[in-house]
Amino acid sequence: MSKIIVVTSGKGGVGKTTTSAAIGTGFALRGHKTVIVDFDVGLRNLDLIMGCERRVVYDFVNVVNGEANLQQALIKDKRLENLYVLAASQTRDKDALTLEGVEKVLMELKEQFEYVICDSPAGIEKGAHLAMYFADEAIVVTNPEVSSVRDSDRMLGILSSKSRRSENNEDPIVEHLLITRYNPERVAGGEMLSIDDVTDILAIKLKGVIPESQAVLKASNQGVPVILDTESDAGQAYNDTIDRLLGKEVKLRFVEVPKQGFFARLFGGK
Amino acid sequence: MNLFDFFRGRQKQTSASVAKERLQIIVAHERGQRSTPDYLPALQKELVEVIRKYVNIGNDDVQVALENQGSCSILELNITLPDR
Repeated sequence: MSKIIVVTSGKGGVGKTTTSAAIGTGFALRGHKTVIVDFDVGLRNLDLIMGCERRVVYDFVNVVNGEANLQQALIKDKRLENLYVLAASQTRDKDALTLEGVEKVLMELKEQFEYVICDSPAGIEKGAHLAMYFADEAIVVTNPEVSSVRDSDRMLGILSSKSRRSENNEDPIVEHLLITRYNPERVAGGEMLSIDDVTDILAIKLKGVIPESQAVLKASNQGVPVILDTESDAGQAYNDTIDRLLGKEVKLRFVEVPKQGFFARLFGGK
Repeated sequence: MNLFDFFRGRQKQTSASVAKERLQIIVAHERGQRSTPDYLPALQKELVEVIRKYVNIGNDDVQVALENQGSCSILELNITLPDR
């Protein structure tokens, strides 16, 4: 049974593309044939994060318009056997994607792949709508910050009312929460919303917490999905997230402030 | 919290708890609006026009609300007529 999973958030800059790259790579690492599809027409970036930007010949819009077939446009990952990328195009025409065109491509992808990961653009415009419309599951990426949480809630409303599943009265899209850029020190200091605060408000099942990490920028600099940096906290947190998405119970890590010694606690040293 | 914070006292509300309170209020408000169908404002406007053919009422004198109770929806109209 193959699945279409949309990575969405409403707000920009919260880590959708980083997450799409990490989650897609994570499924492929577990042996599942996976494709990551960039829906951000005009502002594609998944290719950079995946490190395949120089190998894009044909893109999503070319396939929709019949200028290339799917096999020509799919970019095979150099590191993993089971992993492919379908790039967005850099055209300025926002209406290049149509509902019918997207449906045709996604159904074709569903026949070839176990997981189809849709990297949604920010906002609630057409691109974001197309990315989530055919989804079976959604990963809602949220930062512990007021505007991101509010936009995520808005997105949840759209997922439950404007998707194909809702319009056809099928089972609703399964919603997963992923909190990114989490900083336990600031939470302990009362400066940042805690995991419980965010889950209280959004009320969907938490599948992972990714700590604010230097590894994320380092990974994007190099075009390597951060999940492949197995030494890093963010890489390990994404790995745990994959386990949870596959139904395993895994305890949250990197969500507590590391214990300090007696003197450090007494004098507030770091 | 270190020793100095302890003596200084910490009655002040943290910014995170302020954030949570604000979010709870705005999210609840926006969810409330989300559940109302988009045709309610248009319905309200047309009802005002129809009633105005017979009685002179103001734009806000017709209140329309839709409530869902299980499988049944209740459309509630509240029309205030002017004093005689």
